[in-house]
Amino acid sequence: MNALTIQNLTKTYSNGVKALKSINFNVLEGDFFALLGPNGAGKTTAIGIVTSLVNKTSGSIEVFEHNIENDLNAAKSCIGVAPQETNLNLFDEVFNILVNQAGFYGVPRKESLKRAEHYLKQMELWDKRKEQARSLSGGMKRRLMIARALVSEPRLLLLDEPTAGVDIETRRSMWKFLREINRNGTTIILTTHYLEEAEQLCNQLAIIDNGKIVENDSMSNVLTKLKQEVFVLNLDKPLTGIPEIDNYYIEITNPKEIEVRVKQTQTLNPVFEKLASLGIGVLSMRNKTNRLEELFVELTRSENNIGVKPK
Amino acid sequence: MIMSQQTIGMLALIRKETRRVLRIWVQTIIPPGITMSLYFIIFGTLIGRRIGQMDGFQYMEYIAPGLIMMSVITNSYGNVVGSFFNAKIQRHIEEMLVSPMTETSIVIGYLTGGIIRGIFVAAVVSLITLFFTELNIQHPFMAILVIIMTAGVFSLAGLLNAIFAKKFDDIAIIPSFVLAPLTYLGGVFYTITLLPEFWQKVSYFNPILYMVNAMRFSVLGESDIDIFIGILVILSFFIILLYTAIYLLKKGVGIRE
Repeated sequence: MNALTIQNLTKTYSNGVKALKSINFNVLEGDFFALLGPNGAGKTTAIGIVTSLVNKTSGSIEVFEHNIENDLNAAKSCIGVAPQETNLNLFDEVFNILVNQAGFYGVPRKESLKRAEHYLKQMELWDKRKEQARSLSGGMKRRLMIARALVSEPRLLLLDEPTAGVDIETRRSMWKFLREINRNGTTIILTTHYLEEAEQLCNQLAIIDNGKIVENDSMSNVLTKLKQEVFVLNLDKPLTGIPEIDNYYIEITNPKEIEVRVKQTQTLNPVFEKLASLGIGVLSMRNKTNRLEELFVELTRSENNIGVKPK
Repeated sequence: MIMSQQTIGMLALIRKETRRVLRIWVQTIIPPGITMSLYFIIFGTLIGRRIGQMDGFQYMEYIAPGLIMMSVITNSYGNVVGSFFNAKIQRHIEEMLVSPMTETSIVIGYLTGGIIRGIFVAAVVSLITLFFTELNIQHPFMAILVIIMTAGVFSLAGLLNAIFAKKFDDIAIIPSFVLAPLTYLGGVFYTITLLPEFWQKVSYFNPILYMVNAMRFSVLGESDIDIFIGILVILSFFIILLYTAIYLLKKGVGIRE
Protein backbone atom coordinates (compact mmCIF):
# COMPACT_ATOMS: atom_id res chain seq x y z
CA MET A 1 0.00 0.00 0.00
CA ASN A 2 1.16 3.53 -0.69
CA ALA A 3 1.61 5.62 2.42
CA LEU A 4 1.59 8.73 0.25
CA THR A 5 0.55 9.23 -3.34
CA ILE A 6 1.16 12.60 -4.94
CA GLN A 7 -0.15 13.18 -8.45
CA ASN A 8 0.29 16.28 -10.62
CA LEU A 9 0.68 18.46 -7.56
CA THR A 10 0.99 22.13 -8.41
CA LYS A 11 1.28 25.14 -6.16
CA THR A 12 1.37 28.73 -7.30
CA TYR A 13 1.53 31.28 -4.48
CA SER A 14 -0.50 34.49 -4.61
CA ASN A 15 2.67 36.43 -5.50
CA GLY A 16 2.99 34.32 -8.65
CA VAL A 17 5.81 32.07 -7.46
CA LYS A 18 5.38 28.55 -8.84
CA ALA A 19 6.65 26.44 -5.96
CA LEU A 20 5.57 23.07 -7.37
CA LYS A 21 5.16 22.26 -11.05
CA SER A 22 3.05 19.15 -11.39
CA ILE A 23 5.10 16.77 -9.27
CA ASN A 24 4.41 13.05 -8.91
CA PHE A 25 5.82 10.55 -6.46
CA ASN A 26 4.72 7.68 -4.26
CA VAL A 27 5.99 6.57 -0.88
CA LEU A 28 5.39 2.95 0.02
CA GLU A 29 4.28 1.91 3.48
CA GLY A 30 7.37 1.19 5.57
CA ASP A 31 9.71 3.30 3.45
CA PHE A 32 12.28 5.67 4.88
CA PHE A 33 12.02 8.26 2.16
CA ALA A 34 14.31 11.25 1.60
CA LEU A 35 12.90 14.34 -0.07
CA LEU A 36 15.93 16.38 -1.04
CA GLY A 37 16.47 19.62 -2.82
CA PRO A 38 18.19 22.99 -2.56
CA ASN A 39 16.70 25.88 -0.58
CA GLY A 40 13.45 27.05 -2.11
CA ALA A 41 13.09 23.93 -4.25
CA GLY A 42 9.57 23.20 -2.98
CA LYS A 43 10.16 20.54 -0.28
CA THR A 44 8.48 22.44 2.54
CA THR A 45 5.61 23.49 0.28
CA ALA A 46 5.01 19.84 -0.60
CA ILE A 47 5.00 18.87 3.08
CA GLY A 48 2.78 21.88 3.87
CA ILE A 49 0.20 20.69 1.33
CA VAL A 50 0.26 17.12 2.62
CA THR A 51 -0.37 18.40 6.16
CA SER A 52 -3.01 20.89 4.91
CA LEU A 53 -1.10 23.94 6.10
CA VAL A 54 -0.80 25.10 2.52
CA ASN A 55 -3.65 25.02 0.00
CA LYS A 56 -2.73 23.29 -3.26
CA THR A 57 -3.43 24.87 -6.62
CA SER A 58 -4.16 21.55 -8.34
CA GLY A 59 -3.34 17.85 -8.21
CA SER A 60 -4.25 15.09 -5.81
CA ILE A 61 -2.81 13.66 -2.61
CA GLU A 62 -3.70 10.43 -0.87
CA VAL A 63 -2.44 9.39 2.54
CA PHE A 64 -2.95 5.67 3.07
CA GLU A 65 -5.64 5.87 0.37
CA HIS A 66 -7.46 8.74 2.11
CA ASN A 67 -7.78 11.59 -0.36
CA ILE A 68 -7.12 14.91 1.36
CA GLU A 69 -9.81 16.50 -0.80
CA ASN A 70 -12.74 14.51 0.56
CA ASP A 71 -11.32 12.52 3.49
CA LEU A 72 -9.03 15.07 5.09
CA ASN A 73 -9.50 14.18 8.75
CA ALA A 74 -8.85 10.48 8.15
CA ALA A 75 -5.72 11.44 6.20
CA LYS A 76 -4.57 13.79 8.96
CA SER A 77 -5.13 11.10 11.61
CA CYS A 78 -2.34 9.12 9.90
CA ILE A 79 0.20 11.96 9.83
CA GLY A 80 2.64 13.33 12.39
CA VAL A 81 4.81 16.26 11.42
CA ALA A 82 7.90 17.98 12.79
CA PRO A 83 8.32 21.17 10.78
CA GLN A 84 11.49 22.94 9.79
CA GLU A 85 10.88 26.07 11.88
CA THR A 86 10.03 26.02 15.58
CA ASN A 87 6.28 26.19 16.05
CA LEU A 88 6.03 25.41 19.73
CA ASN A 89 3.91 27.24 22.26
CA LEU A 90 6.96 28.72 23.92
CA PHE A 91 5.14 29.61 27.15
CA ASP A 92 3.62 26.19 27.69
CA GLU A 93 5.29 23.43 29.67
CA VAL A 94 7.05 20.70 27.71
CA PHE A 95 4.83 17.95 29.13
CA ASN A 96 1.62 19.86 28.41
CA ILE A 97 2.65 20.44 24.80
CA LEU A 98 2.73 16.70 24.20
CA VAL A 99 -0.45 15.97 26.15
CA ASN A 100 -2.32 18.69 24.22
CA GLN A 101 -1.10 17.39 20.89
CA ALA A 102 -2.22 13.86 21.69
CA GLY A 103 -5.58 15.31 22.71
CA PHE A 104 -5.92 17.19 19.41
CA TYR A 105 -5.52 13.83 17.68
CA GLY A 106 -8.30 12.37 19.79
CA VAL A 107 -6.10 10.32 22.12
CA PRO A 108 -7.90 9.92 25.49
CA ARG A 109 -6.30 11.89 28.32
CA LYS A 110 -5.09 8.90 30.34
CA GLU A 111 -3.34 7.48 27.29
CA SER A 112 -2.02 10.96 26.35
CA LEU A 113 -0.27 11.26 29.72
CA LYS A 114 1.38 7.85 29.25
CA ARG A 115 2.51 8.61 25.72
CA ALA A 116 3.85 12.04 26.67
CA GLU A 117 6.02 10.42 29.32
CA HIS A 118 7.17 7.68 26.94
CA TYR A 119 8.21 10.00 24.10
CA LEU A 120 9.79 12.60 26.37
CA LYS A 121 11.93 9.84 27.83
CA GLN A 122 12.76 8.56 24.34
CA MET A 123 13.89 12.04 23.33
CA GLU A 124 15.78 12.52 26.61
CA LEU A 125 13.58 15.45 27.62
CA TRP A 126 11.85 13.93 30.65
CA ASP A 127 13.93 16.05 33.03
CA LYS A 128 12.69 19.17 31.24
CA ARG A 129 9.00 18.23 31.37
CA LYS A 130 8.01 21.04 33.74
CA GLU A 131 9.98 23.74 31.96
CA GLN A 132 8.52 26.17 29.46
CA ALA A 133 9.49 25.39 25.88
CA ARG A 134 11.21 28.77 25.52
CA SER A 135 13.85 27.73 28.06
CA LEU A 136 15.01 24.79 25.92
CA SER A 137 18.07 24.90 23.69
CA GLY A 138 17.66 24.76 19.90
CA GLY A 139 18.48 21.05 19.80
CA MET A 140 16.04 20.30 22.61
CA LYS A 141 13.28 22.19 20.82
CA ARG A 142 13.89 20.03 17.75
CA ARG A 143 13.68 16.88 19.83
CA LEU A 144 10.52 18.16 21.46
CA MET A 145 8.96 18.76 18.03
CA ILE A 146 9.80 15.18 17.04
CA ALA A 147 8.32 13.87 20.29
CA ARG A 148 5.21 15.97 19.60
CA ALA A 149 4.96 14.51 16.09
CA LEU A 150 5.22 10.99 17.52
CA VAL A 151 2.76 11.33 20.39
CA SER A 152 -0.20 10.59 18.11
CA GLU A 153 1.70 7.46 16.96
CA PRO A 154 1.28 8.29 13.29
CA ARG A 155 1.61 5.80 10.44
CA LEU A 156 3.34 8.46 8.36
CA LEU A 157 5.92 10.71 9.98
CA LEU A 158 7.03 13.86 8.13
CA LEU A 159 10.31 15.29 9.35
CA ASP A 160 11.34 18.58 7.78
CA GLU A 161 15.04 18.98 8.56
CA PRO A 162 14.74 17.39 11.99
CA THR A 163 18.43 17.47 12.87
CA ALA A 164 19.30 20.99 11.72
CA GLY A 165 21.30 22.66 14.47
CA VAL A 166 21.55 19.48 16.53
CA ASP A 167 24.97 18.37 17.81
CA ILE A 168 26.56 15.27 16.28
CA GLU A 169 26.03 13.04 19.31
CA THR A 170 22.33 13.91 19.53
CA ARG A 171 21.96 13.54 15.76
CA ARG A 172 23.39 10.02 15.89
CA SER A 173 21.06 9.04 18.73
CA MET A 174 18.14 10.50 16.78
CA TRP A 175 19.14 8.45 13.74
CA LYS A 176 19.15 5.34 15.88
CA PHE A 177 15.72 6.17 17.25
CA LEU A 178 14.27 6.99 13.81
CA ARG A 179 15.63 3.73 12.37
CA GLU A 180 13.95 1.89 15.20
CA ILE A 181 10.52 3.46 14.71
CA ASN A 182 10.84 2.88 10.95
CA ARG A 183 11.65 -0.78 11.64
CA ASN A 184 8.53 -0.92 13.81
CA GLY A 185 6.42 0.06 10.80
CA THR A 186 6.24 3.85 10.72
CA THR A 187 6.75 5.27 7.24
CA ILE A 188 9.09 8.26 7.40
CA ILE A 189 9.58 11.09 4.94
CA LEU A 190 12.66 13.12 5.71
CA THR A 191 13.87 16.36 4.22
CA THR A 192 17.41 17.26 5.13
CA HIS A 193 20.39 19.26 4.02
CA TYR A 194 22.68 16.68 5.57
CA LEU A 195 23.02 14.30 2.65
CA GLU A 196 25.03 11.88 4.72
CA GLU A 197 21.93 11.63 6.91
CA ALA A 198 19.73 10.76 3.93
CA GLU A 199 22.26 8.22 2.68
CA GLN A 200 22.54 6.61 6.11
CA LEU A 201 18.83 6.43 6.86
CA CYS A 202 16.74 6.32 3.72
CA ASN A 203 16.03 3.52 1.27
CA GLN A 204 14.16 5.70 -1.25
CA LEU A 205 14.61 9.26 -2.37
CA ALA A 206 13.27 12.01 -4.55
CA ILE A 207 15.24 15.09 -5.46
CA ILE A 208 13.19 18.17 -6.12
CA ASP A 209 14.65 21.18 -7.87
CA ASN A 210 12.91 24.35 -8.91
CA GLY A 211 9.49 22.79 -8.25
CA LYS A 212 10.13 19.63 -10.30
CA ILE A 213 11.16 16.11 -9.37
CA VAL A 214 14.54 15.54 -11.02
CA GLU A 215 15.25 12.12 -9.48
CA ASN A 216 13.05 9.52 -7.84
CA ASP A 217 14.44 6.06 -7.20
CA SER A 218 15.81 3.76 -4.56
CA MET A 219 18.90 5.02 -2.75
CA SER A 220 21.03 2.15 -4.09
CA ASN A 221 19.96 2.76 -7.70
CA VAL A 222 20.60 6.46 -7.39
CA LEU A 223 24.07 5.99 -6.01
CA THR A 224 25.07 3.72 -8.88
CA LYS A 225 24.35 6.62 -11.22
CA LEU A 226 27.39 8.41 -9.89
CA LYS A 227 29.89 8.75 -12.72
CA GLN A 228 33.00 9.06 -10.54
CA GLU A 229 34.21 9.26 -6.98
CA VAL A 230 37.27 10.80 -5.36
CA PHE A 231 39.16 8.76 -2.77
CA VAL A 232 41.72 10.16 -0.35
CA LEU A 233 44.60 7.78 0.47
CA ASN A 234 46.91 8.31 3.46
CA LEU A 235 50.35 6.85 2.83
CA ASP A 236 53.02 5.54 5.20
CA LYS A 237 55.85 7.24 3.29
CA PRO A 238 56.04 10.52 1.40
CA LEU A 239 55.78 10.55 -2.39
CA THR A 240 58.38 12.40 -4.41
CA GLY A 241 56.33 12.64 -7.62
CA ILE A 242 52.88 11.82 -8.99
CA PRO A 243 52.62 8.11 -9.77
CA GLU A 244 51.56 7.78 -13.38
CA ILE A 245 48.86 5.23 -14.19
CA ASP A 246 46.95 5.25 -17.47
CA ASN A 247 43.39 6.63 -17.27
CA TYR A 248 43.71 7.55 -13.56
CA TYR A 249 43.84 11.13 -12.36
CA ILE A 250 45.97 11.42 -9.23
CA GLU A 251 46.80 14.52 -7.24
CA ILE A 252 49.23 14.92 -4.34
CA THR A 253 47.57 17.01 -1.67
CA ASN A 254 50.50 16.67 0.75
CA PRO A 255 53.57 14.42 0.63
CA LYS A 256 51.80 11.60 2.52
CA GLU A 257 48.31 12.03 1.02
CA ILE A 258 46.93 11.61 -2.50
CA GLU A 259 43.52 12.04 -4.11
CA VAL A 260 42.52 9.53 -6.77
CA ARG A 261 39.59 10.17 -9.15
CA VAL A 262 37.97 6.82 -10.00
CA LYS A 263 35.36 6.34 -12.72
CA GLN A 264 32.40 4.04 -12.13
CA THR A 265 33.97 1.38 -14.38
CA GLN A 266 37.39 1.49 -12.70
CA THR A 267 38.82 -0.23 -9.64
CA LEU A 268 41.44 1.04 -7.21
CA ASN A 269 43.66 -2.07 -7.68
CA PRO A 270 46.08 -0.47 -10.19
CA VAL A 271 46.69 2.37 -7.74
CA PHE A 272 47.46 0.00 -4.87
CA GLU A 273 49.73 -2.04 -7.14
CA LYS A 274 51.59 1.04 -8.32
CA LEU A 275 52.09 2.30 -4.78
CA ALA A 276 53.26 -1.15 -3.66
CA SER A 277 55.79 -1.19 -6.49
CA LEU A 278 57.14 2.09 -5.12
CA GLY A 279 57.38 0.54 -1.63
CA ILE A 280 54.60 2.69 -0.27
CA GLY A 281 51.78 1.32 1.86
CA VAL A 282 48.28 2.72 2.27
CA LEU A 283 47.46 3.48 5.89
CA SER A 284 43.84 4.53 5.37
CA MET A 285 41.36 5.47 2.68
CA ARG A 286 38.12 7.48 2.57
CA ASN A 287 35.67 9.10 0.16
CA LYS A 288 36.52 12.76 -0.29
CA THR A 289 32.87 13.76 -0.39
CA ASN A 290 29.63 12.07 0.43
CA ARG A 291 28.49 10.16 -2.65
CA LEU A 292 24.93 11.39 -2.46
CA GLU A 293 26.16 14.93 -2.12
CA GLU A 294 28.05 14.64 -5.40
CA LEU A 295 24.99 13.37 -7.18
CA PHE A 296 22.83 16.03 -5.58
CA VAL A 297 25.12 18.80 -6.76
CA GLU A 298 25.22 17.28 -10.22
CA LEU A 299 21.43 17.08 -10.48
CA THR A 300 20.61 20.45 -9.02
CA ARG A 301 23.54 22.45 -10.37
CA SER A 302 22.28 25.78 -11.62
CA GLU A 303 22.90 29.44 -10.96
CA ASN A 304 19.75 29.60 -8.90
CA ASN A 305 20.96 27.15 -6.30
CA ILE A 306 23.29 29.42 -4.42
CA GLY A 307 21.96 28.59 -0.97
CA VAL A 308 22.74 24.85 -0.82
CA LYS A 309 24.28 24.05 2.52
CA PRO A 310 27.31 21.79 2.25
CA LYS A 311 27.60 18.80 4.48
CA MET B 1 -18.65 6.20 27.61
CA ILE B 2 -16.27 6.52 24.70
CA MET B 3 -15.77 10.11 23.62
CA SER B 4 -15.45 10.92 19.96
CA GLN B 5 -12.14 12.03 18.52
CA GLN B 6 -13.55 15.54 18.02
CA THR B 7 -14.83 15.81 21.59
CA ILE B 8 -11.44 14.78 22.97
CA GLY B 9 -9.71 17.34 20.75
CA MET B 10 -12.11 20.07 21.78
CA LEU B 11 -11.70 19.26 25.48
CA ALA B 12 -7.91 19.32 25.08
CA LEU B 13 -8.16 22.81 23.59
CA ILE B 14 -10.58 24.01 26.29
CA ARG B 15 -8.27 22.65 28.98
CA LYS B 16 -5.31 24.37 27.34
CA GLU B 17 -7.15 27.70 27.12
CA THR B 18 -8.41 27.48 30.71
CA ARG B 19 -4.92 26.66 31.95
CA ARG B 20 -3.63 29.69 30.08
CA VAL B 21 -6.18 31.96 31.80
CA LEU B 22 -5.24 30.57 35.21
CA ARG B 23 -1.49 30.52 34.53
CA ILE B 24 -1.42 34.24 33.78
CA TRP B 25 -4.13 35.17 36.29
CA VAL B 26 -2.30 38.38 37.15
CA GLN B 27 -2.98 39.52 33.59
CA THR B 28 -6.37 37.88 33.06
CA ILE B 29 -8.32 38.02 36.33
CA ILE B 30 -6.83 40.75 38.52
CA PRO B 31 -6.80 43.77 36.14
CA PRO B 32 -10.59 43.81 35.53
CA GLY B 33 -11.06 43.63 39.30
CA ILE B 34 -8.82 46.66 39.82
CA THR B 35 -10.37 48.60 36.92
CA MET B 36 -13.90 47.98 38.14
CA SER B 37 -12.96 48.91 41.71
CA LEU B 38 -11.78 52.27 40.33
CA TYR B 39 -15.03 52.71 38.38
CA PHE B 40 -17.01 52.03 41.55
CA ILE B 41 -14.88 54.44 43.60
CA ILE B 42 -14.91 57.27 41.05
CA PHE B 43 -18.26 56.95 39.29
CA GLY B 44 -20.14 55.24 42.07
CA THR B 45 -18.90 56.65 45.37
CA LEU B 46 -17.55 60.09 44.41
CA ILE B 47 -19.63 61.22 41.43
CA GLY B 48 -22.56 58.85 42.07
CA ARG B 49 -23.46 60.63 45.33
CA ARG B 50 -24.04 63.85 43.42
CA ILE B 51 -26.05 62.11 40.72
CA GLY B 52 -28.43 60.52 43.19
CA GLN B 53 -30.86 58.11 41.57
CA MET B 54 -31.09 56.78 38.03
CA ASP B 55 -34.26 55.03 36.86
CA GLY B 56 -35.30 54.71 40.49
CA PHE B 57 -32.06 53.08 41.70
CA GLN B 58 -29.01 54.38 43.54
CA TYR B 59 -26.43 55.26 40.87
CA MET B 60 -23.94 52.68 42.19
CA GLU B 61 -26.60 49.98 42.03
CA TYR B 62 -27.65 51.16 38.57
CA ILE B 63 -24.19 50.98 36.98
CA ALA B 64 -23.15 47.66 38.61
CA PRO B 65 -24.74 45.34 35.97
CA GLY B 66 -23.26 47.45 33.15
CA LEU B 67 -19.80 47.35 34.73
CA ILE B 68 -20.00 43.57 35.06
CA MET B 69 -20.94 43.34 31.36
CA MET B 70 -18.17 45.77 30.41
CA SER B 71 -15.61 43.46 32.08
CA VAL B 72 -17.10 40.39 30.46
CA ILE B 73 -17.06 42.03 27.00
CA THR B 74 -13.48 43.32 27.12
CA ASN B 75 -12.04 40.20 28.73
CA SER B 76 -13.73 37.56 26.61
CA TYR B 77 -12.77 39.53 23.50
CA GLY B 78 -9.21 40.06 24.74
CA ASN B 79 -8.82 36.42 25.71
CA VAL B 80 -9.57 34.97 22.31
CA VAL B 81 -7.99 37.67 20.18
CA GLY B 82 -4.79 37.42 22.25
CA SER B 83 -4.63 33.67 22.46
CA PHE B 84 -5.48 32.94 18.83
CA PHE B 85 -3.26 35.69 17.43
CA ASN B 86 -0.33 34.53 19.56
CA ALA B 87 -0.91 30.99 18.33
CA LYS B 88 -0.77 32.35 14.78
CA ILE B 89 2.34 34.45 15.35
CA GLN B 90 4.22 31.69 17.21
CA ARG B 91 2.76 29.25 14.67
CA HIS B 92 1.68 26.73 17.30
CA ILE B 93 -1.80 26.98 15.79
CA GLU B 94 -0.30 24.43 13.39
CA GLU B 95 -0.53 21.88 16.22
CA MET B 96 -4.29 21.97 15.69
CA LEU B 97 -4.30 22.55 11.96
CA VAL B 98 -2.31 19.40 11.21
CA SER B 99 -4.45 17.35 13.58
CA PRO B 100 -7.80 15.81 12.63
CA MET B 101 -9.66 18.50 14.62
CA THR B 102 -12.34 20.15 12.52
CA GLU B 103 -12.64 23.91 12.22
CA THR B 104 -15.87 23.71 14.24
CA SER B 105 -14.02 22.01 17.11
CA ILE B 106 -11.29 24.66 17.01
CA VAL B 107 -13.83 27.51 17.07
CA ILE B 108 -15.80 25.92 19.92
CA GLY B 109 -12.57 25.34 21.87
CA TYR B 110 -11.52 28.99 21.67
CA LEU B 111 -15.09 30.17 22.20
CA THR B 112 -15.36 28.14 25.40
CA GLY B 113 -11.99 29.48 26.60
CA GLY B 114 -13.30 33.03 26.14
CA ILE B 115 -16.56 32.23 27.91
CA ILE B 116 -14.69 30.67 30.83
CA ARG B 117 -12.60 33.81 31.26
CA GLY B 118 -15.78 35.91 30.97
CA ILE B 119 -17.36 33.88 33.78
CA PHE B 120 -14.25 34.15 36.00
CA VAL B 121 -14.12 37.90 35.49
CA ALA B 122 -17.87 38.31 36.02
CA ALA B 123 -17.53 36.41 39.31
CA VAL B 124 -14.59 38.54 40.48
CA VAL B 125 -16.27 41.84 39.50
CA SER B 126 -19.55 40.73 41.12
CA LEU B 127 -17.68 40.00 44.35
CA ILE B 128 -16.02 43.43 44.21
CA THR B 129 -19.45 44.99 43.60
CA LEU B 130 -20.59 43.61 46.95
CA PHE B 131 -18.03 45.83 48.68
CA PHE B 132 -19.72 48.92 47.22
CA THR B 133 -23.42 48.10 46.90
CA GLU B 134 -26.00 45.39 47.34
CA LEU B 135 -26.54 43.03 44.45
CA ASN B 136 -30.06 41.65 44.71
CA ILE B 137 -30.21 39.64 41.52
CA GLN B 138 -33.83 39.45 40.35
CA HIS B 139 -33.35 36.76 37.67
CA PRO B 140 -30.19 34.77 38.47
CA PHE B 141 -30.51 32.20 35.65
CA MET B 142 -31.14 34.96 33.16
CA ALA B 143 -28.03 36.76 34.47
CA ILE B 144 -25.90 33.65 33.96
CA LEU B 145 -27.35 33.13 30.48
CA VAL B 146 -26.69 36.75 29.49
CA ILE B 147 -23.10 36.59 30.79
CA ILE B 148 -22.41 33.36 28.89
CA MET B 149 -24.02 34.57 25.66
CA THR B 150 -22.36 37.97 25.75
CA ALA B 151 -18.97 36.40 26.53
CA GLY B 152 -19.65 34.05 23.62
CA VAL B 153 -20.46 36.86 21.19
CA PHE B 154 -17.31 38.79 22.08
CA SER B 155 -15.13 35.68 22.13
CA LEU B 156 -16.24 35.06 18.56
CA ALA B 157 -15.70 38.72 17.65
CA GLY B 158 -12.19 38.46 19.10
CA LEU B 159 -11.60 35.29 17.11
CA LEU B 160 -12.62 37.03 13.87
CA ASN B 161 -10.29 39.92 14.69
CA ALA B 162 -7.43 37.47 15.29
CA ILE B 163 -8.18 35.56 12.08
CA PHE B 164 -7.76 38.70 10.00
CA ALA B 165 -4.95 40.26 12.07
CA LYS B 166 -1.50 40.22 10.54
CA LYS B 167 0.37 42.31 13.11
CA PHE B 168 -0.05 43.30 16.75
CA ASP B 169 -1.51 46.70 15.77
CA ASP B 170 -4.40 44.89 14.12
CA ILE B 171 -5.53 43.37 17.41
CA ALA B 172 -5.31 46.70 19.26
CA ILE B 173 -7.32 48.79 16.77
CA ILE B 174 -10.74 47.14 17.22
CA PRO B 175 -10.75 47.20 21.05
CA SER B 176 -9.60 50.84 21.12
CA PHE B 177 -11.57 52.35 18.28
CA VAL B 178 -14.69 50.18 18.11
CA LEU B 179 -15.21 48.18 21.28
CA ALA B 180 -14.47 50.90 23.85
CA PRO B 181 -16.71 53.60 22.26
CA LEU B 182 -19.56 51.12 21.75
CA THR B 183 -19.26 49.96 25.36
CA TYR B 184 -19.22 53.47 26.84
CA LEU B 185 -22.15 54.48 24.60
CA GLY B 186 -24.00 51.23 25.35
CA GLY B 187 -25.84 52.52 28.42
CA VAL B 188 -23.39 51.30 31.07
CA PHE B 189 -23.46 54.62 32.93
CA TYR B 190 -26.84 56.05 31.91
CA THR B 191 -30.30 55.21 30.71
CA ILE B 192 -30.82 56.08 27.08
CA THR B 193 -34.05 57.84 27.99
CA LEU B 194 -31.78 60.74 29.05
CA LEU B 195 -30.62 61.11 25.44
CA PRO B 196 -32.33 63.24 22.79
CA GLU B 197 -34.70 61.20 20.64
CA PHE B 198 -32.30 61.08 17.68
CA TRP B 199 -29.46 59.63 19.78
CA GLN B 200 -31.83 57.19 21.42
CA LYS B 201 -32.61 55.81 17.95
CA VAL B 202 -28.91 55.71 17.08
CA SER B 203 -28.26 53.79 20.34
CA TYR B 204 -30.56 51.00 19.19
CA PHE B 205 -27.96 50.15 16.52
CA ASN B 206 -25.40 49.48 19.24
CA PRO B 207 -25.48 45.75 20.11
CA ILE B 208 -23.83 46.37 23.47
CA LEU B 209 -26.90 48.34 24.56
CA TYR B 210 -28.92 45.13 24.42
CA MET B 211 -26.36 43.16 26.39
CA VAL B 212 -26.00 45.79 29.13
CA ASN B 213 -29.74 46.16 29.40
CA ALA B 214 -30.35 42.40 29.38
CA MET B 215 -27.96 42.18 32.36
CA ARG B 216 -29.57 45.19 34.03
CA PHE B 217 -32.96 43.52 33.69
CA SER B 218 -31.56 40.28 35.15
CA VAL B 219 -30.12 42.11 38.18
CA LEU B 220 -32.48 45.04 38.79
CA GLY B 221 -35.60 43.91 36.94
CA GLU B 222 -35.56 47.17 34.95
CA SER B 223 -34.32 47.82 31.43
CA ASP B 224 -34.41 50.35 28.59
CA ILE B 225 -35.28 47.59 26.15
CA ASP B 226 -37.57 44.57 26.02
CA ILE B 227 -35.59 41.65 27.49
CA PHE B 228 -36.76 39.23 24.79
CA ILE B 229 -35.56 41.58 22.07
CA GLY B 230 -32.29 41.84 23.98
CA ILE B 231 -31.85 38.06 24.13
CA LEU B 232 -32.86 37.74 20.46
CA VAL B 233 -30.25 40.31 19.41
CA ILE B 234 -27.50 38.60 21.44
CA LEU B 235 -28.48 35.19 20.07
CA SER B 236 -28.56 36.49 16.48
CA PHE B 237 -25.07 37.97 16.82
CA PHE B 238 -23.85 34.74 18.39
CA ILE B 239 -25.13 32.57 15.54
CA ILE B 240 -23.91 34.91 12.79
CA LEU B 241 -20.42 35.25 14.30
CA LEU B 242 -20.17 31.51 15.01
CA TYR B 243 -20.93 30.55 11.42
CA THR B 244 -18.68 33.30 10.06
CA ALA B 245 -15.73 32.11 12.18
CA ILE B 246 -16.20 28.47 11.14
CA TYR B 247 -16.58 29.48 7.48
CA LEU B 248 -13.41 31.60 7.53
CA LEU B 249 -11.34 28.87 9.18
CA LYS B 250 -12.64 26.31 6.69
CA LYS B 251 -11.58 28.65 3.88
CA GLY B 252 -8.18 28.93 5.57
CA VAL B 253 -8.38 32.72 5.89
CA GLY B 254 -5.46 33.99 7.94
CA ILE B 255 -4.19 30.53 8.81
CA ARG B 256 -3.29 28.75 5.57
CA GLU B 257 -1.16 29.86 2.67
